[in-house]
Amino acid sequence: MSGNGNEDYKGYRDPALAVLKKFDALVWSDVTIRTDRGEFRGLILPRNEMADPEHVVLKMSTGYNIGLHVGGMQEITVHGRKVANYKIPEKAFPYSEGKPRVKLLGTGGTIASRLDYRTGAVIPAFSPGELYGSVPELADVCNLETEKLYGVFSENMSREQWIGLAEAIGREIAAGVDGIVVGHGTDTMHHTAAILSFMVQGSPVPIVMVGSQRSSDRPSSDAAINLMNAARTAATSDLAEVMVCMFGPTSDQYGLLHQGTRVRKMHSSYRSTFRTLSDIPLGKVDQNGVTPFRNDYRRRRADRDVTVKAVFDDRVSLVYYYPGMKPDIIDSLVDNGYKGIIIAGTGLGHVNRPLYPALERAHRAGVSMFMTVQTLWGFVQMYVYETGREIMELGVVPAANMLPEVAYMKLGWALGQTQDPAEVARIMLTPIARDITEREPYNGYLVYQGGIPEVDQFLSEHWK
Amino acid sequence: MNDVSRYDPLQGAPLPVLGAWGEDEYRSLGLMSGLEVHQQLQTSKKLFCRCPAGRYTTEHHAEILRHMRPTLSEMGDYDGTALMEFKTRKNITYLLNDETVCTYEMDDAPPFEMNPEALDHAVRVSLMLGLQVVDEIHIARKQYLDGSIPTGFQRTAIIGVQGAVPHRGRRIGIRQLSIEEDSCREVSDRGHSRVYRTDRLGMPLIETVTDPDMHTPWDVAAVCDALRRLARASGLVRTGVGAARQDVNVSIRGGSRVEIKGVPSIKRIPRLVHNEALRQRSLLAIRDVLRERRVTADSLQDVSRDVTAIVQGAGGGYLHGAITAGARAAAVPLPGFEGLMSTPTQPHTRFLKEFSDRVRVVACIDTLPNIVCSTSEIPTLSSSEWGRIERACGVGRDTPIMVVWGDEQDVRTAASEILLRAREACVGVPEETRQALPDDTTGFERVLPGPSRMYPDTDLPPVVLGAERLQRLAADLPPPPWERLARLQRDGVGEDLAGRLALHPAWALYAHLQPRLGDGPLSATGLASLLLDRDLPRPSSLAAAGSWWEGALDELRAGRVLPEAIWWSDGEPVAALPPADARAAFDAALAGLPAGLPAESGPRLRTVMGRVMPALRGRVSGRQAAAWAEEATS
Repeated sequence: MSGNGNEDYKGYRDPALAVLKKFDALVWSDVTIRTDRGEFRGLILPRNEMADPEHVVLKMSTGYNIGLHVGGMQEITVHGRKVANYKIPEKAFPYSEGKPRVKLLGTGGTIASRLDYRTGAVIPAFSPGELYGSVPELADVCNLETEKLYGVFSENMSREQWIGLAEAIGREIAAGVDGIVVGHGTDTMHHTAAILSFMVQGSPVPIVMVGSQRSSDRPSSDAAINLMNAARTAATSDLAEVMVCMFGPTSDQYGLLHQGTRVRKMHSSYRSTFRTLSDIPLGKVDQNGVTPFRNDYRRRRADRDVTVKAVFDDRVSLVYYYPGMKPDIIDSLVDNGYKGIIIAGTGLGHVNRPLYPALERAHRAGVSMFMTVQTLWGFVQMYVYETGREIMELGVVPAANMLPEVAYMKLGWALGQTQDPAEVARIMLTPIARDITEREPYNGYLVYQGGIPEVDQFLSEHWK
Repeated sequence: MNDVSRYDPLQGAPLPVLGAWGEDEYRSLGLMSGLEVHQQLQTSKKLFCRCPAGRYTTEHHAEILRHMRPTLSEMGDYDGTALMEFKTRKNITYLLNDETVCTYEMDDAPPFEMNPEALDHAVRVSLMLGLQVVDEIHIARKQYLDGSIPTGFQRTAIIGVQGAVPHRGRRIGIRQLSIEEDSCREVSDRGHSRVYRTDRLGMPLIETVTDPDMHTPWDVAAVCDALRRLARASGLVRTGVGAARQDVNVSIRGGSRVEIKGVPSIKRIPRLVHNEALRQRSLLAIRDVLRERRVTADSLQDVSRDVTAIVQGAGGGYLHGAITAGARAAAVPLPGFEGLMSTPTQPHTRFLKEFSDRVRVVACIDTLPNIVCSTSEIPTLSSSEWGRIERACGVGRDTPIMVVWGDEQDVRTAASEILLRAREACVGVPEETRQALPDDTTGFERVLPGPSRMYPDTDLPPVVLGAERLQRLAADLPPPPWERLARLQRDGVGEDLAGRLALHPAWALYAHLQPRLGDGPLSATGLASLLLDRDLPRPSSLAAAGSWWEGALDELRAGRVLPEAIWWSDGEPVAALPPADARAAFDAALAGLPAGLPAESGPRLRTVMGRVMPALRGRVSGRQAAAWAEEATS
C-alpha cells in the first residue's frame, strides 16, 4: 500500500485526504477541527500509511495524540504550522590523542535511531556526531569513525551485503584501525557473524557485532550499553575474533562476547537473547573492561595480515525437517538448481524414509547435503541408528556440531569457492573458527528449568 | 477581613495557617488549581499483558538491575525531566514476584493488545463524565526516567476530551480522561540506588484531568471527592488503599504550575494547596527583590570552588567526619541573594530548602543536612573557616555561600544544581513536580515534565472504537450520581441513605427492585436500608442476586414473608407464621425460659427477647413479639 506521495499530506488517503485538502490543512498544521461533537485543537500529524484512510491524527498540546473520524468534520481552521525536526543532536565527535581507533560499520538496526511517523518505523541514525550526541560516553573509549554501508533490517541482509561488509572490514584492517564494530539488526546477527567468521580469517583486530533488543528511542534501551561494550571490546580487548557483543543477563550489568560461529538468538524479545551453544562464551565486558573466560582465542596483532574470501553462492537452502515431510520439498530444490542443502534433522540427525529417494536423486545431481541437528545443542551422530547410516549412504554428510544456520552460511561460502562436492565437503568439515569443535564441555549446555528449587534459589540470589 | 499583604514573607513574620484566609484572599493571590485523579480499573488482568491485576505481595523471587537514558521526542527535543533524572545516575533494582510479573513488565517482551475489559470500563467512565470519546485511540509513551516503569515510559492513551460534571451548582470542566498502566511501588531510594516492587506495575488505571477551575483549597478537596465518588459509583474502579491517588496542580498569579504528586488522601489537599500557594508567593517576593538588585540568570556566574582543604580543619561535626572519610566539599557563592536565604516559604521551611531539595534529589546527596549556608543562623562551620571560604570565593560576609560535600562527581552535580536553582529564582517559580510531605508541606521531586516527553507507541496500532462498540457501552451506562440522587429523592428515600446508595454498587439492584415494591409493606427507604445495611452480605450486583431479590420481594408483597425475614435470611426467606400460630410459637419459646429474670423491666424485657427471638426471627415480627413479651413478663 502506498500513500499519496505528497509530503504535505504525508500518509493520508481519501476520504481523509480530501477533507484535509478542502481546508488546506497540511500535516504539521496547528488547527481547530470543528466536528458534530465539539471542537478539537492540535497539530495534524502525518499518518501511518498502513492505517485506515478515515481518521486524522491530531497531536494535542498535552503531547497526546488522538484520531478523529473525518465523517463528523465540519470545518478545519488553520492557525499556523510547526514542522517537526527529527534530529539527534549532532556534536563533533572529539578526537583524543592516544585513544584507539575504532571503525563502526553500519548495516541497519537500531543502535541509534529516530522514529518515522509515517510508518512508525525506527530509522537508524549513524554519523559519529549523532552517536556522540546520544552516547557521549563513547568518546571516553575510543576515537570513533563511522561508515553507513547499508540501512536494512537484518532480515533483508543477504549475499550482496555480506560480501560488501567483509570487503569493507578488509579495507579497514588495511587502513590500520584498532578494532571494528558492526552495527546490525539482531534477528540475523548470528548469520552475519558466522559468514564474517568464514569470509574474514586471521584478523589482527577484534571484529565485534552489536545491536539492541530495545530500540534506542526507549529510555530503557540496551543500545547505549551494548555500543559502549562493543566499542570497548574493539578498542582494548586482546580477542582478535569475530564476536557478537550483547547483554549477558537482562540486567544492565555486562555484555557477553560470543564466538561468531557458536552464537544464536534464542528469544524473540529478551535482552539476553544471544547465547553461545555447545560451548562457553569467549568472555564478558563491562565498564571495567574485557574479561576472557578462556585462553585459547586468537590474540590481537600489530600486523595487518588478513585473509578476506568474500564469496557466497546463494543456491543453498536450509531444510527444517518435520515428521511427515514429503520428498517433493527436496525434489523442488533440486529442480530449481540448488547446489547445497543443509538439513536440520531430528535427534542425532534423522529424516523419514519417504525422503530417501529424493535425497538419492539430489546426491546424483551433485547437490551437497549436510546433516545438522534441530536440537541445536549436541553433535550429529548417524551411526547410532540404522536410519542414520542409511541416510549417509544416500550422500548426506554429518556436519558434527555445526549449528544449522552456521552450516547454511558456510555451505554458501564453500560453494562460492568450488562446485566440486568433494572439495565442498572438505571445506565444510574443516573447522575454521570453532564452527566445529572437538568436544562439548559439560557447561556448554545450560537450559535450566524454572521451578526447580535450586534454580529458583540461584535466580533469587543473582541479577537475572 | 484579612489581607494577604499583612503576611509579608520578607519581613520574616509567621505565615498564615490554613483557615486564616478566606475566598477573597485566595482570589487576590490568583490561586488556580486543577486535579489529576488516578483510579485503578476493576479488571481481572493487567492492561497490556495477562498478569493478574490487584495482587500485591511483599516477597520477591528475582531481581533485575536497570538504568534509564533520555531519548528524543517526536518533535526532536529532549524533555527537561528526562535530563534531570539522567543526572541522578540511579541504579534501579526491580523486585520480581513470579505470580504478578511476566516478561512484559520487565521490558523483555512487547505489549499484548490493550485489555478490552479495561478499555470498555474507561469508555464508560468517560461517557459518565460527559466527555467526547475519541474515534481512534492512539497509544502514547509518556517518559518516566525515575525508573518507576522499567520501559522508561508509561503506555497511555486519551479516551475522551472536553467534558463537564455538575458540582454544587456549577460546572467543573473535565479536560481529558486517559487510560494508562500503573507504575511500580517504590521500596527505597537511597543515594544512587532506588528499589521498586513490580506487582502494581501494568495495572490499568484512568486519569481524569480537570480544568484549573478551583480557586480555594477546600474547593479542590470537594471537587476531588466528587470525582472519586463519581467513578466509584460506576462500579468500574477499584477501591481501597492505593487504588486512587491524585495529583494536585497549583499556581498563583505570576507563579507557575506546580504538580503535587500522589496525594494519598483528600483530607490533606486543602493544607497542601494553601502551603503551595504560600511558597509561590514567597518565591515571587524573592524574585522581585532580585530584580530590584538587577540579579539575573545571566549575571549569576559559575564560580563554585573546591574547599575541601579549608573545611578539613573544622573541629568535629558531620562535615568534618565526612571530609575525613574522603568526601570533597564545594562552595557556591550567591551574590545578590543577601538576606534572602531565611525567607519562609512554607511552615517551618525556608528558601534554603529549595536548594537542599535539589541537591538531595538530583545529586543524590541525601543524608541531611546536605548543605550549609554561611548566612544561616544555625552554627555550621567556624567563623574562621567561613572567612577563608569567603576569601576563596572572593565575596563579602553578607553574601550567602552554600557548601556541599560528598562524592566528587555528586558534589559537582550539586554545585551546578545550586546555581541552576538560583538562576530559576531570578525568573520566579520553577515548574516542578513536588511530593507531599507528612507535615503537608511539599518537597522537590522533579522538574515538571512537558509535552516533549510524549511520543507515539510504535509497538501497537491505534484502536478504532467504532460506532457499534460505543453504542453498546453507552446503552448500559449507569446514571451519574446526581441523577440517582434525584430519583431517590422522588422515591422518598431519606437524605443519608440516598447519599450513600447513590454511590454504592447496590444502586443497580435498587433501581431494578424499587418498581416492584408497589404499595406493599416495604418502603423505598426500607429497601435502600436493606440493600445497604443488611447484616448478611449478599451479592449486591444485579446479575448475581437479581432473581433472589425478585422472589423475596414478591413473597413480601403477598404477605408470605416479613421484611425481617429478608433482613436476616441468607437463603430461602422463612415464611411468616399466621397470627394464631405466631402466638403459639411465642408461648412455646417463652415456656423454655429459666427462672431468675432481672427485676428491672428494661433488662428483663431484653433478656426475654434475647431468648425467644432466635426461634421466631423472620417468622414473627419483632414488634409483635416485643408487645407479647412485655405483656407476659409485666
